[in-house]
Amino acid sequence: MRRAFVNARLLDPASGLDQKGGLLVLGESIADIGPHIRPGQLAPDIEWVDCHGHCLAPGLVDMRTQFREPGEEHKETLDSISRAAASGGITALVGLPNTRPVIDDVAVVEFVARRAREVKLVKIFVYGGVTKGLDGKQLVEMGLLREAGALAFTDGLHAVRNAQVMRNALSYAKAFGALIIQHPEDPDLADGGHMNEGELATRLGLAGIPTAAESVLLERDRRLVALTGGRYHAAHVSSAEGLAVIRRAKAQGLRMTADTAPPYFALNDLEVQGYRTFAKVSPPLRSEDDRLAVVEALQDGTIDVIASDHAPHDQESKRIPFAQAEPGMVGVETLLPLALELYHKGQLPLLDLLRKMTVAPAQLLGLPLGTLGIGKPADLVLFDLDRPWRLDVKGGVGKSKNAPYDGRPVQGQVRMTVVDGRIVYQVPEN
Amino acid sequence: MADIIFPHQHILGIEGMGPDAISTILDLSESYVDLNRQRDKKRSDLRGRTVINVFFESSTRTRTSFELAGKRLGADVINIAVEASAINKGETLLDTAMTLNAMHPDVLVVRHPYSGAVQLISEKVECAVINAGDGWHEHPTQALLDALTIRRRVGKLAGLNVAICGDVAHSRVARSNILLLHTMGAFVRIVAPPTLVPADAAKLGVDVYHDMAEGLKGVDIVMMLRIQTERMRGSLFPSQREYFRYFGLDAEKLKAAKPDALIMHPGPMNRGIEIDSDVADDINRSVIPEQVEMGVAVRMACLDLLTRNVIANFDDDSSKGGAA
Repeated sequence: MRRAFVNARLLDPASGLDQKGGLLVLGESIADIGPHIRPGQLAPDIEWVDCHGHCLAPGLVDMRTQFREPGEEHKETLDSISRAAASGGITALVGLPNTRPVIDDVAVVEFVARRAREVKLVKIFVYGGVTKGLDGKQLVEMGLLREAGALAFTDGLHAVRNAQVMRNALSYAKAFGALIIQHPEDPDLADGGHMNEGELATRLGLAGIPTAAESVLLERDRRLVALTGGRYHAAHVSSAEGLAVIRRAKAQGLRMTADTAPPYFALNDLEVQGYRTFAKVSPPLRSEDDRLAVVEALQDGTIDVIASDHAPHDQESKRIPFAQAEPGMVGVETLLPLALELYHKGQLPLLDLLRKMTVAPAQLLGLPLGTLGIGKPADLVLFDLDRPWRLDVKGGVGKSKNAPYDGRPVQGQVRMTVVDGRIVYQVPEN
Repeated sequence: MADIIFPHQHILGIEGMGPDAISTILDLSESYVDLNRQRDKKRSDLRGRTVINVFFESSTRTRTSFELAGKRLGADVINIAVEASAINKGETLLDTAMTLNAMHPDVLVVRHPYSGAVQLISEKVECAVINAGDGWHEHPTQALLDALTIRRRVGKLAGLNVAICGDVAHSRVARSNILLLHTMGAFVRIVAPPTLVPADAAKLGVDVYHDMAEGLKGVDIVMMLRIQTERMRGSLFPSQREYFRYFGLDAEKLKAAKPDALIMHPGPMNRGIEIDSDVADDINRSVIPEQVEMGVAVRMACLDLLTRNVIANFDDDSSKGGAA
């Protein structure tokens, strides 16, 4: 297969490229890129795609999603999440180990890999648990799991609570250069809480979770990273206080990185008004000041990565009293347009924004993805940067529809997604 | 009474209720206080109407109060107690709501251990819904009966200083009372150990005190809250003994309040923990039994007003009798 993408605005954060031109794909890889790739210059046997001046960038690498397969296929399957991700411009997904059974064993990693080969849309990776059963006690077989393909280790929605276990995990993982990913929330301070602590929680009569739940655990972990020299990544950081800890760690030269997700820069805790369970996430949506701090941390590089934090739930998990509802929102289909809000508001240059969803997560996880380099896999997203439209979660591709974004006006829409040279999504003609 | 305007389909909370609506309920309640003191207490205003009390959390006094209120107005009243264990799967909540709705009740009176659950039910049914307490959120009829009690004793609500003392953090009674008292022009303070004050309490417009002598200084009304026994096991306060010593109401601490200050408690009381028997039983100061009495009258008024609206909606007022 030889295919050329012409008349594109080429965007490659890894090399800083932002130029009009084309990109040539041979087989599964990028063969050439640059302004010289034009329709008139192509050999007649090359199929070409006219990009009409839209942006052609590396496909997005989403480092935090929940697959629900195996175990909760009524909420999402590898097939449905793959199609949803493809429509969102994502070409590589990493799933948390909180499937049923959990991923703490080579067999489950291999099961997911086999299913991914069958579905064969976007690239599918998984994390292993830090501990057996994700219960925070005994370390998993990190070496064996890594060999089987687990990219890094995390207990998913649970923080590693025991400081000694965390110390040993960070320390032992060094033997394999493995990354430990933490859900940074002190389980005791967060215990029983359902939303951000503050005025609205008080008015609604809902138990609050203070931002200190985040900063206390991050601060502990910062010291454990200093003690062990391990590699640590804080997932979905949500608060100014938490970000201050990451900033300090980076200034110290510690190997501590962080991501956040669109809910934490696109929404604040007022979204919970009226007991909207779609706005229940973990960590909870924070105050407007915290939201602004997340934007600032994206600007100054304290936050390295934007991930979708995709957490599909069925109606039975959400159409119930707020305290009983499961936390989480779907996000793979809305990741790019919500992230582009930061660009359209002038808060982040386009290449910096794309870096956090492409080469930055890929490098963190040791994947040779997220760039338009010659010889690299032809994983691409073509998007119209300016097209205004309204988000339609209910009409989405994924199996679950739990996100409070319906009707939100956004700018920027995916037109085509390519994985290993195969077109896996194309915007419906309208 | 045909000209009474009550612009609410449900009573889910004091939030969103204006001073006119509150006054309408209180004024109508007054007439039912008189009725309830007569020998023949039975009316037929709600004859043919069905009231279902659905309690997902155990309650004796509130349920009985609603039951009496409905029966005295002539309605058919049914009580349903739903075991807490049966609702751990939330789907059952909306299923329960839809099942009840299919039986065409006119009013559902709902108590639920989770904040917001009563609102959720109200979105699923066609009849009027009264919140009989949801989690830590609201308990509007308690605030209304407290207001009626005060208004009858003092003659007004505006300008009064009210101290709400105790476990404000976990209290739906406190939330509804703060909202109602502010709406009616009273000033509210809360007096509690810092662990029992909700986050950002000052943003509710109350003054916060951690010392009873200071907090009760010059107040017209002392409202005590019940300490939930399950909270005593946590780390919110060390012991009942210490709680009573610093935050329990006794004659000594009461001296800081105005000499004629009223003592209130939503019940049931923990004597010797949040309130001393001497003050609880002080017939000159304590209005605790009167609160219970006002409760029935207020709930009659609520049932009356909400079913009138239903009648108005169906444009069928053939059975409507004057209430006063």
